[in-house]
Amino acid sequence: MTVPPAPWALLAEVTHACPLHCPYCSNPVELVRRSRELATADWERVFGEAADLGVVQAHVSGGEPLLRPDLAAIVAAAHRAGVYTQLVTSGVGLTATRLEELVKAGLNSVQLSVQDARAPGSDLIAGRVSYADKGRAAGVIRAAGVPFGLNVVLHRHNLDHLPEIIALGAAWGAERIELANVQFYGWALRNRAALLPAREQLDRAKATLAAHRDAHPEGGPELVWVMPDYYEGVPKPCMGGWGMRSITVGPDGTALPCPAAYAIEGLAPPNVRDRSLSWIWTESPAFAAYRGTGWMTGPCGTCPRRETDFGGCRCQAFALTGDAARTDPACSLSPDHHLIRDLVEGLHETAVDGGESRTAATVPSGFVYRRPT
Amino acid sequence: MPGEDVWRPVLDGSVVLRHDRVRGGDLLLMPERAVRLSGEGGRILRLCDGSRTVEGIIAELRGTFPDAPLGEEVPAFLERIRAEGWLR
Ligand code: SF4
Repeated sequence: MTVPPAPWALLAEVTHACPLHCPYCSNPVELVRRSRELATADWERVFGEAADLGVVQAHVSGGEPLLRPDLAAIVAAAHRAGVYTQLVTSGVGLTATRLEELVKAGLNSVQLSVQDARAPGSDLIAGRVSYADKGRAAGVIRAAGVPFGLNVVLHRHNLDHLPEIIALGAAWGAERIELANVQFYGWALRNRAALLPAREQLDRAKATLAAHRDAHPEGGPELVWVMPDYYEGVPKPCMGGWGMRSITVGPDGTALPCPAAYAIEGLAPPNVRDRSLSWIWTESPAFAAYRGTGWMTGPCGTCPRRETDFGGCRCQAFALTGDAARTDPACSLSPDHHLIRDLVEGLHETAVDGGESRTAATVPSGFVYRRPT
Repeated sequence: MPGEDVWRPVLDGSVVLRHDRVRGGDLLLMPERAVRLSGEGGRILRLCDGSRTVEGIIAELRGTFPDAPLGEEVPAFLERIRAEGWLR
């Protein structure tokens, strides 16, 4: 076995608990209960070991990380280890005092989520009133002067609001807006039919994006478009390759090459409670399983793109075909591509729409909200 | 005050410069991004603390690199980094 390159990034999912109930949640259907979460000392050790392995950046995420009362201690451990740390938050609970405590502990940047450009749509997706909290959180982040990114998951019910979403990001003072087309992992797969956009919506969104970039070549927030792989015929180069760049550690210490990999049956992911991160990265069977190109099946094995997209996403291959070693069905060369093509081909706007922009509040959502008991 | 409009480069608040002890070399870290600095990039940027002018930085480096064409290379490098938005 060849020694893998040093990892760059750690995704620390410190809790699955969350005040929001988003239908597109990519966390697993079975959430980790609070009683099984890692202790502060575990996270302190994980950050030290991660830095020793080569990790220089971390996303502290969840769930809602602010629900951990020891978040500042976790951030401080990351900072001591020299890791550049970004908080990924819904904004609910992000007061000036809390953010000050985190920045003092060494927090480097904040990514705030919002679900739509206006309150009704945003609150509808979040499954609770939260838009006003997010606006306040944006003010707090800006006042603290930390780098500020806004993340918006895009889908059928908000794609047509893209111009307003960009304007909101600028008004809130975000330096970066991540326009993340919805992906179907974990809970989100249950809501796929309600979330998949029409192709025309995506075409308009891309035109909006291009026009915005032309109009503001410099200045204004940087716009990052996370591609909708169902519509592109090419797969995502997921995680920069399985076990090549990044480690995810879940609330209970489960370590995975990708946050969606919880769902892959038979993977037997290691746990930081039992093993060092170094063993997990270099020796665990789970991290080796789909590393490189040796495991590839079907068209990937001889494809010129295999070192570019690594055969797409293992978690998506598993979710849609039951076999994580198959070519990602999002790839037009996949023998399973019909699973995606048949779904999106029928999704066109009807003339009845008449160009009226549809607002989420007037659309019967049919969402299955995430409401853990 | 004389020299008030003279540039005294300093890293942008979103950017952290650090040594990468695992891979060797220096890195600029920022949200969603890590940039590996080649050559003496890290050494130059460490002098960008907001107190030195570009001339001052060159003078400082002169001791270590007496024969290098610092007068052209350092300002060009600093301008490149400023254009990326990583230096102010
Ligand atoms: S066949 Fe495999 S390697 Fe080739 S483009 Fe599709 S997913 Fe990528």
